[in-house]
Amino acid sequence: MNSVNFNINFGYLEGLCRGFKGGILKQTDYINLVQCEILEDLKLHLQSTDYGSFLANEPSPLSVSVIDDKLKEKLVIEFQHMRIHSVEPLSTFLDFITYGYMIDNIILLITGTLHQRDIRELIPKCHPLGSFEQMEAIHIANTPAELYNAVLVDTPLAPYFMDCISEQDLDEMNIEIIRNTLYKAYLEDFYKFCSTIGGSTTEVMCEALAFEADRRAFIITINSFGTELTKDDRAKLYPRCGKLHPDGLAKLAQADEYEQVKVVADYYGEYKPLFDGAGTGPGEKTLEDRFFEKEVKIMMSAFMQQFHFGVFYAYLKLKEQECRNIIWISECVAQKHKAKIDSYIPIF
Amino acid sequence: MSYGSMYGGVLGIFLTIWTITGLYYILSGQGYRYDIGWFLEQTPPYMWANIGIGLAISLSVVGAAWGILTTGASIIGGGVKAPRIKTKNLISIIFCEAVAIYGIILAIVISNLLEKYDETTTNIKIKQYNYYSGYAMFGAGLTVGISNLVCGISVGIVGSGAALADAQNSSLFVKILIVEIFASAIGLFGVIVGILQISKVKMGDKVAD
Repeated sequence: MNSVNFNINFGYLEGLCRGFKGGILKQTDYINLVQCEILEDLKLHLQSTDYGSFLANEPSPLSVSVIDDKLKEKLVIEFQHMRIHSVEPLSTFLDFITYGYMIDNIILLITGTLHQRDIRELIPKCHPLGSFEQMEAIHIANTPAELYNAVLVDTPLAPYFMDCISEQDLDEMNIEIIRNTLYKAYLEDFYKFCSTIGGSTTEVMCEALAFEADRRAFIITINSFGTELTKDDRAKLYPRCGKLHPDGLAKLAQADEYEQVKVVADYYGEYKPLFDGAGTGPGEKTLEDRFFEKEVKIMMSAFMQQFHFGVFYAYLKLKEQECRNIIWISECVAQKHKAKIDSYIPIF
Repeated sequence: MSYGSMYGGVLGIFLTIWTITGLYYILSGQGYRYDIGWFLEQTPPYMWANIGIGLAISLSVVGAAWGILTTGASIIGGGVKAPRIKTKNLISIIFCEAVAIYGIILAIVISNLLEKYDETTTNIKIKQYNYYSGYAMFGAGLTVGISNLVCGISVGIVGSGAALADAQNSSLFVKILIVEIFASAIGLFGVIVGILQISKVKMGDKVAD
């Protein structure tokens, strides 16, 4: 699947996706949004962008959660339009992208069930891209084995459960471990699938997924300081499809504090500048923000090549970043606390 | 079982049979039976000429079709969010179409030069001219066909890039069009060489001098 044959099956969708990408908010739009005083101004400014009148039918006192839902709804409609029009192997590729959201939904439902929340309250909170038929049945399970046998064996995530079926009960700690184990298996599977497609797709996607894997390794390490997660368990959660594998991951598994993580990052040219100067002081960006910035840069470079599937993945990630930006600005505007309003991450 | 391995398998079987037959003939002293000269002498020039005409038009059309589909899909996709590109980008389609026109022009020119000659003639010169003409027409058809095939594909891919770039930024279209003009020129080179190849063709009974 190369330049010569790509357009036969995927040319229309690639053109459509690039059209959607052209509608992503630019720096001038963000400057307008930042100057809003109330949420209604925000709605007005968004009407002149690609979003159009998506908030037109909402009742008058707008809240940030309503804006969030509507932004997500637009993204989901666009993504599902592309998914429905696609053929193999693009349809498998787009399905792979949704598995990440499915994992998040499953974990959300399990956690909610543990806290005795009604399943009907939780379903609307799930991400629509990750919905699957058996969602309503998750509350009947008490252990991961039951969960698997009853509900998950029919979903596309079934092969990812190999590593985490154990007889322990579902509890707070284990839920996070399950989430990370599932995500690790999913990332590695996605990476393998992209490698089999070949061509520019492999180049673009493998770089994007390697960054995602490394980012998760760093975040898991940093978040596990001070918890009961043992080093061996932690090492089992690192996805192995990134640049850190195998040496960086081995060192990360041994790390005890933030400084040691920084030392590991110093070995890698791409990650050293992210850790330099990251911190929580005023005027500094947090490490999370820097990871988002780097992700945006990688996704932008995916659009530099033509005839590959990476544009669909990159478009989704950039749109999500845009949603996060708009919600951040909306929160600052709604709470009238504009000190850090400029900490959104500009895309164009 | 992928298509690649199936084609490879068939080719492998074919090559094995061919090698075994060839070795059998050589080793049993019947090597003279594998006679390429006989084949070339016995086939009339009409076959070569007509295959040349067929290749000229068919390969050109394949190239043009491939180019149009590549460009067309991108124009349609890009035109959803940027409808202004629809009309301007039809130029790319026209460039691809031109490739098919080159093919048909040459096919018509070659077929006009086809003439009957008396195969039982003893005049060596007439025979030579007619055989030469057959081969020349085949060569010209092949030249034009293959060069238009790749030219069409190339114009198509560039046209697709032009459509998508135009959808994002309309000042880019004219610049990329220049690249497309260069891509289109290589098809023209094929036509020129094809015309040169058939310029000396003389078929028929009355070969002068």
